[in-house]
Amino acid sequence: MAWQRSRIRLDKDNRAFWTGGAEGKLNIHRCGDCGGFTHPPREFCRHCQSEAVTPFAVAGTGVIDTYTINYQAWAADMEVPFVIARVKLDDAPGVYLTTNIVNCPVDAVDIDDAVKVLFEEQDGIWYPLFEKAS
Amino acid sequence: MAREAYISGIGMSEVGVRLTRSAMGLTMDAIRAAVADAGLTLAQIDGVSTYPGKMQTFLGFSPISADDVIESCGLKTRWHSGAAEATAQLGAIADAAAAVRSGYARHVICFRTVYEAAALARPDEYPPLERRKDVTGNSQWVSPFGAFSAACWTAQFAMRHMKRYGLTREQLAMVAINDHANAARNPQAIVKVPLSLDTYMAARMISSPFCLYDCDRFTDASTVVIVSAGDALDEVRATPIRIAASAGSVERYSWDQAEWASAYATGRDLWKNTDYRAKDVDTVQFYDGFAFQPITWLEGLGFCDVGEGGRFIEGGSRIALDGELPMNTGGGQLGWGRLHGFGFAYESVVQLRGQGGARQIAGEPRLAVATSGGGPMAAALLLARD
Repeated sequence: MAWQRSRIRLDKDNRAFWTGGAEGKLNIHRCGDCGGFTHPPREFCRHCQSEAVTPFAVAGTGVIDTYTINYQAWAADMEVPFVIARVKLDDAPGVYLTTNIVNCPVDAVDIDDAVKVLFEEQDGIWYPLFEKAS
Repeated sequence: MAREAYISGIGMSEVGVRLTRSAMGLTMDAIRAAVADAGLTLAQIDGVSTYPGKMQTFLGFSPISADDVIESCGLKTRWHSGAAEATAQLGAIADAAAAVRSGYARHVICFRTVYEAAALARPDEYPPLERRKDVTGNSQWVSPFGAFSAACWTAQFAMRHMKRYGLTREQLAMVAINDHANAARNPQAIVKVPLSLDTYMAARMISSPFCLYDCDRFTDASTVVIVSAGDALDEVRATPIRIAASAGSVERYSWDQAEWASAYATGRDLWKNTDYRAKDVDTVQFYDGFAFQPITWLEGLGFCDVGEGGRFIEGGSRIALDGELPMNTGGGQLGWGRLHGFGFAYESVVQLRGQGGARQIAGEPRLAVATSGGGPMAAALLLARD
């Protein structure tokens, strides 16, 4: 999908997620007190309300929780069809990421497929995409 | 004795696409109709309720605020609400019911004005929602991956239902086919002709499993419901419909973090403050911005077990006008138009009053459920003709 992805307004909460890919890291906010993950990222842990929340590089592996094959070109430069999926991260319980499954035909994707992260960079944002783990 | 809340009047503007009537014009048309229907005057209105209020970043979606109505109608309100952070569309009616039961107001104008088709045609006046640059808030987690539309978000829940419970496209088709058949009997609806299964199965796909007919389309309209206190009914001339119970929830505002559709939590909660049960319900008006949503409401409210919604509507006979549980008797959002939730309260009142004309269900219905929301936002009203 060669289209121009949405450009994100970076702030103190989301910067680690959207730029971690520069170092190959998928960063999810993790609590230093209870170990719980908070996504979308914010200042307070949503489980125990601690402020000891910092970006944590997860393994980058997960499974497809569900997906859809999108056929509609919502923007003029969008090449269709492509897969939108919700990925459940292996080591971040309760966290889902919306993403695209790439590097395979759109009809080769199924629920429960094991996937791993890769990053596509555009204008200083590293977008986490996923491909099937072999 | 506890004060009850009633719907005392309903009104709707012209419903169409690319209307030239202004958004405030459509709103006033609906307000005038509802106030006249109730037998009230604007001087008796002391409350206003709406969802989500005026959205400056997305005016076509919601161009009219509670204050626009208060100012335009010269109202002196004792209670009002026009919040975006609430249990979504029918939540505005549930909140008005809570207000009148508490004695905050006697007669509340509840409205929902939508102007997305006109906005698309007039982008200088109504700039579209920015999805490509400087994206922040919850949009940032979905827009970069091409998931611009709620069609993509909802479709994923539907795909999971297909995998877990065996829902088929032929079953899902019954929502749109039932909607179009009923809309063809409704002079206010945009859709005028029935839909066949062949046409549905051959239609272009939007986001699997949704095809063109599974998705509602931009509509221009305003729908108004007047909520009145039980001790103010002597001022009302129409048959009042009691808001017997209500419920609403938002699981997560970031839709993709939600475990499941909030129709399940809200569907359970609706029965907690009433002795009525699902078996007592005569007709259901279920949110169908996307065809999968009524399936979650059938399951969430307990009309069938979780996972059985597709099989419940298979063939379409159970939910038809002459079926055991007539659904979306006015055409729903897929057939009537994307009225954004309020149409379900409106049609419930029409059916309970026996005013459905060519689409009126038989047997003098006394109890209806109206729902709204989508994904992790949900609200439900139990409406009774005593």
